Amino acid sequence: MNTNTIKPGMKPKHQRLVLLGLALAAMAGALALGISALGTSATYFYAPSDVFAHAPAPGEAIRLGGLVQKGSVQRLPDGLTLAFRVTDNARDVPVRYTGIVPDLFREGQGVITEGHFDAQGTFIATSVLAKHDEKYMPPEVAGSLHKVQGKVTS
Amino acid sequence: MIVELGHAALWLAAAFALLQALAPWLRAPADDAERWTGLAVPAALAQALLVSLAFGSLVWAFATSDFSVKLVAENSHTMKPMLYKLSGVWGNHEGSMLLWILVMAVAGAAVSLADSPLGDRFRALVLSMQGIIALGFYAFLLAASNPFARLAIAPTQGNGLNPLLQDPGLAFHPPMLYAGYVGLSVAFAFAVAALLERRVGPAWAAAVRPWVLAAWAALGCGITLGSWWAYYELGWGGYWFWDPVENASLMPWLAATALLHSVAVLAKRDALRNWTILLAVVGFSLSMIGTFVVRSGLLTSVHAFAVDPARGAFLLVLLALYIGGALLLYALRASTVAVGEGFAPVSREGALVANNLLLAAGLGVVFVGSGYPLLVDVLGVGPISVGPPYFNATFGPLMIPLVLLMAVGPFLTWGAARTDKLARKLAVPGLLAVALALYAFAVWDVRAAFSLIGFALSAWLGVATLAILWGRMPWRTPRATWGMALAHLGVAFTLFGITASGALTRELLVNLRLGESAEVAGYTMKLVDVAPVAGANWTALEATLDVSRGGQPLTVLHPQARLYTSPMMDTTEAAIHTRINGDLYAVLGKPDGSGRWQLHVWWKPFVIWIWAGGLIMALGGALSMTARASARRSAAQPVGALVAA
Repeated sequence: MNTNTIKPGMKPKHQRLVLLGLALAAMAGALALGISALGTSATYFYAPSDVFAHAPAPGEAIRLGGLVQKGSVQRLPDGLTLAFRVTDNARDVPVRYTGIVPDLFREGQGVITEGHFDAQGTFIATSVLAKHDEKYMPPEVAGSLHKVQGKVTS
Repeated sequence: MIVELGHAALWLAAAFALLQALAPWLRAPADDAERWTGLAVPAALAQALLVSLAFGSLVWAFATSDFSVKLVAENSHTMKPMLYKLSGVWGNHEGSMLLWILVMAVAGAAVSLADSPLGDRFRALVLSMQGIIALGFYAFLLAASNPFARLAIAPTQGNGLNPLLQDPGLAFHPPMLYAGYVGLSVAFAFAVAALLERRVGPAWAAAVRPWVLAAWAALGCGITLGSWWAYYELGWGGYWFWDPVENASLMPWLAATALLHSVAVLAKRDALRNWTILLAVVGFSLSMIGTFVVRSGLLTSVHAFAVDPARGAFLLVLLALYIGGALLLYALRASTVAVGEGFAPVSREGALVANNLLLAAGLGVVFVGSGYPLLVDVLGVGPISVGPPYFNATFGPLMIPLVLLMAVGPFLTWGAARTDKLARKLAVPGLLAVALALYAFAVWDVRAAFSLIGFALSAWLGVATLAILWGRMPWRTPRATWGMALAHLGVAFTLFGITASGALTRELLVNLRLGESAEVAGYTMKLVDVAPVAGANWTALEATLDVSRGGQPLTVLHPQARLYTSPMMDTTEAAIHTRINGDLYAVLGKPDGSGRWQLHVWWKPFVIWIWAGGLIMALGGALSMTARASARRSAAQPVGALVAA
């Protein structure tokens, strides 16, 4: 079997340079791919107050987080759609979600919803995440509540 | 008392880790160096024994529900089934760090007991590196998170374990994952020792290969178990969420995958020396970052047991020291590693280089996607999340050329490969790939290009991999070839499962009264009953769903809405009927107040193939590991020539 496999004129040292170039190109390509995809697919997190401050365009995919407002949860006649309001103790936003809500979805509890606003300003949630256990508060929600409370007290 | 003994054993183990770390460096003037170096192996064995004792004593405390131990009181409960009392040992921060140390010590003992083809001095250096890494974690455990801390007043009952974690799949997920992470520490230690000793070369690659394979297989198994758990336990049928915590385990796996292929090139062709060393360093660094990210509370999820910035800072410093130190050594020594052999572009090694580049690029985009939200948060731009759309748009396209090449690579020989027969060998896989894509298009009505490519690639890879084995005597085929073929076949299985379940899932969300029926993908579900049931530490509402197809009764599903008593927590227990061609997945929701029950039912075609593929990959890795690295001649034989013969 032919054991000498080096291409004529291609010394290992040169080949190493070529490989290095390829590796750098691959990494640069991955980085460029990643960053361009981030621009189009990163989802921004909004607290209800943020929605009033700078409203996302209808249809834009965002995350909306806060507390489920007490007394706001209603089941629509189809039996599958829930209407409720998400609040950060300053402003609140109406949300609709069709499906089975997570086990820990409750009034007064932290929640993160993913979806978009419709033309009427109702947030159409495609998924609802509730806190995982008693110790857990989604960090974004904790952060936004803190912010708003600070604003109210100061 | 037993717990105090465990605590003492942990301190002693740390002392032996120190001895292990110092052994190859100690030189008493009148003494010969050999004798000190010889201490590394007994020290590693003693350390493993002592950590096992420490871990055993903690297991004992959990098994006997000794609530005077803080950790037990916070995480266990007398009513919990024994399996979960035991898995509760590592279902918390301190215990999981102790498990990490245990696995690390066991790996050290394995290094001590296994053959040492590179000599005793090299082994002592590897053990020294392991000792140094372990010392950091001992310091962390003993100073910042002592698992053996007692409470002044023992409560009469414990807090219990998060019910989501009370699951057999999850009981074994962390140990497997840790075996993988820690296994990569062996590769890391080998790499550092090789840099110190300037022994980067084929012999080194052959020696490190079994450890890389073991780590890779364990990591793959751990990831598979975690994904399977998420699927059946979280109650919405997803199996991979591109959650940062999942990515933290995927990245070391990708690095290990690249590493085990580059190790093969180094062993066979003496090429890719620096790159292989770098991958070994990066692989374990990512494992540590993974542990850090999960344990520090930087990411809050079901995995983050406690949010404690002090611990996070400790782990961060540890991480910076180890990774920084290793990279510094690499930077200083890499240029002194002699240039290895070159090679022809169209060859087995050429394909493996392409594999490495694509895997590294895949690793890069996952890293960017996982790290970006943290970066943005630190910069204070506002929280963002990077989800599946990003990863599907970046990681997916990179995997297409990778899978294309995976089918071709094994047909190429080491050294300049002849390509004249290649087209003939790949004709059948190519035809079947097109046929499956056409079938999916025409019969399954798949229109998404990405899904059609997925189907084609899974057939392409699966058939080409079978073709490697076709016509060979099973018992005369080298185990390494079997391992490779199994691992590649596993990828084909997983890819097919992901594609099919993604493209063909049907779902049904209904409100049913007792006696009413609904249909999904040809399966009729009739809600017969909803009744209360009780288990050891939970009560539940359980639905009875009669499933039939074309009038033939098929099975009965019992989805539950459970309420655990300690701690109080609702969970959804999905009912799953698994068939080779798909799963029926039913979830019971809440009653709507007028006698109707919410039901969410999915038909998920071929979803079980995803995890079957993961296990097949791991099995392939394990099989390869047992192949002697010295079987160089048989493995070097061109696979394609045998197929053509």
